[in-house]
Amino acid sequence: MTSPGDSGGRETWPLWEVFVRSSRGLSHVHAGSLHAPDEIMAVRNARDLYTRRAEGVSIWVVPASAITASDPDARGTFFESPQGKEYRHATYYTESEAVPHL
Amino acid sequence: MAESTETMDYEAGAARFAELLANEHRVEPTDWMPEGYRKTLIRQISQHAHSEIIGMQPEGNWITRAPSLKRKAILMAKVQDEAGHGLYLYSAAQTLGIERETMFDQLITGKAKYSSIFNYTTPTWADMGSIGWLVDGAAICNQVPLCRASYGPYGRAMVRICKEESFHQRQGFEILLQLMRGTDAQRAMAQESVNRWYAPALMMFGPPDDDSPNSKQSMAWNIKRFSNDDLRQRFVDMLVPQAEILGITLPDPDIAWNEGRGHYDFGELDWAEFHEVLAGRGPANAIRVARRRTAHEDGAWVREAARAYADARSDERMAS
Amino acid sequence: MKTSHVKSTAITPESIDEAGAIAPSPVADYALGLGDDALVLAQRLGEWIAHAPELEEDVALGNIALDQLGHARSLLTYAGSAWGKTEDDLAYFRGESEFRNRLLFERPNGDFAVTIARQLVASVYFDSLYTALADSADPTLAAIAGKAVKEVDYHLDHSVQWLLRLGRGTELSHERMQRGLETIWPFVGELYSADPYAEGLDGVAVDPRTLQARFDDVVPRLIADASLTVPAIPFARGGGRDGRHSESMGPLLAEMQVLARAHPGARW
Repeated sequence: MTSPGDSGGRETWPLWEVFVRSSRGLSHVHAGSLHAPDEIMAVRNARDLYTRRAEGVSIWVVPASAITASDPDARGTFFESPQGKEYRHATYYTESEAVPHL
Repeated sequence: MAESTETMDYEAGAARFAELLANEHRVEPTDWMPEGYRKTLIRQISQHAHSEIIGMQPEGNWITRAPSLKRKAILMAKVQDEAGHGLYLYSAAQTLGIERETMFDQLITGKAKYSSIFNYTTPTWADMGSIGWLVDGAAICNQVPLCRASYGPYGRAMVRICKEESFHQRQGFEILLQLMRGTDAQRAMAQESVNRWYAPALMMFGPPDDDSPNSKQSMAWNIKRFSNDDLRQRFVDMLVPQAEILGITLPDPDIAWNEGRGHYDFGELDWAEFHEVLAGRGPANAIRVARRRTAHEDGAWVREAARAYADARSDERMAS
Repeated sequence: MKTSHVKSTAITPESIDEAGAIAPSPVADYALGLGDDALVLAQRLGEWIAHAPELEEDVALGNIALDQLGHARSLLTYAGSAWGKTEDDLAYFRGESEFRNRLLFERPNGDFAVTIARQLVASVYFDSLYTALADSADPTLAAIAGKAVKEVDYHLDHSVQWLLRLGRGTELSHERMQRGLETIWPFVGELYSADPYAEGLDGVAVDPRTLQARFDDVVPRLIADASLTVPAIPFARGGGRDGRHSESMGPLLAEMQVLARAHPGARW
């Protein structure tokens, strides 16, 4: 599989991933990707493409080639620790279900 | 992005893939997937993207002549949305390992397909209404189920597109409504336009499923959710009452409510015509691709300049 | 002194209509010229949609076109209030000699470099115009300008980014960008010449001559940053505000107005 950040010809623009925070207090969420020649144009294109309907307060753009993803082969060990520890989830505690504001 | 999962054991990968589908979970770019699934998705997503891009032309044709400033603004926004949809979809396809440049190349050399509905011309303003009401309406019927497509990036792009598409259909309907409330000439314009677009819109759902080889596999992979005929029927059922509100006659004498089936019956479609247009012999096939190619080639020097500037800046930064 | 009652971020052609403000006739005449500038430029930008050098640029130019069209609609709606005419009456049923736009805006798009050159000059002009107009004693003009200036800020940034990339990119883009500047340079002078409809409207209208200093301060520097040369080309004689246009105007209006004129009195 080719790395999405690579660009072949003289004129191709690299790929950027776009993250948008739609209002104060929330996290940036991945909105999609686009092509731009550099980071300055990338953030402007992202504004045009992903916030035409006032969906954005803050935009991050990252070259796709800079992103490291967790290796799915290691899924077992990488994500093993949370398994079997249901006590980390509030739904484990049924005795206190009816208590208001908890 | 992480490298492909060729190292994964085939059986384990296939089992996990089957499990994802069985549980209606999303398949993401880094998951193992059968080569056929990947290829089908690349083909489907890129065709969809190409359709959005080509679709900008028949409507873009009327931006400079829109008969009111409000309509001009709405049409500009719609066509701009279509460029955006194309971009979302090309991005989704890229996660499957194909470059945008490659897909573009396929389009402008005539190797790739796109929805044949855009090979029809837009000789009148009323066509802006028909395209919104009928063509976007059919597209919505097709697209809403795709929001649950098994492939994550595709499903998510479709959610974004569907949100924007409903404005498109509504504005088309309102164009026709305004025409039908207008002068005799305007009413004639609206009816004449619908007469031309009705059958091609119904054919957007594709041939009857028996004649559609890819349908079965796509449904097994949770990419396609409903059959072509089911979607087409659903569409006609929606159209008939809408046409009544408009006061427009759908050009199909066989439309009739069938109490037994609980659906509207409708007439046979001319599939020979569909195949002609699909094979490149429609009214505007040649022009659509040629104009896209011209725009792309004419823009090469601009793209190169931007690239050269970016390279020079990054060289400067590395040197400092 | 500004006495604006209209919330500048919310202003739209519809809200101006609803607010029912009637422009005094001289103010309407002034607003009409500004509206025509924006309208004709929007028409030109609209021609780029589906032809831009990259899809992302179709979206960007589309945005700029829509912003310009929005300014035009607001200004024409307000101007029309003085005469009981709608924005569409004014846009579609005036002849060439009644249009008051400056000649720069009717220039054909040419290639992307010519367009960027035009956008650069237009954005610098609109930026300084609307900044000043936002303090207009006329609350509607002030509100329109207040919203517009935020949008034009973005248009200027877009032009500057492309000026840099084309000027410094490749030899070919450099040559074309230089030629683009030369193509639109003759029409710069008219933008900063007296506006006959601004006469007698001190505090309400903006005298374009007061904006020249900003152009002289900003534009040569931007051009030099892009490794380009300020053209040594004389300014053309203007005439736009008096309805004297170039030969590009006829076909532009013919295309824009053809359908509306074929159905006079119809609603769309």
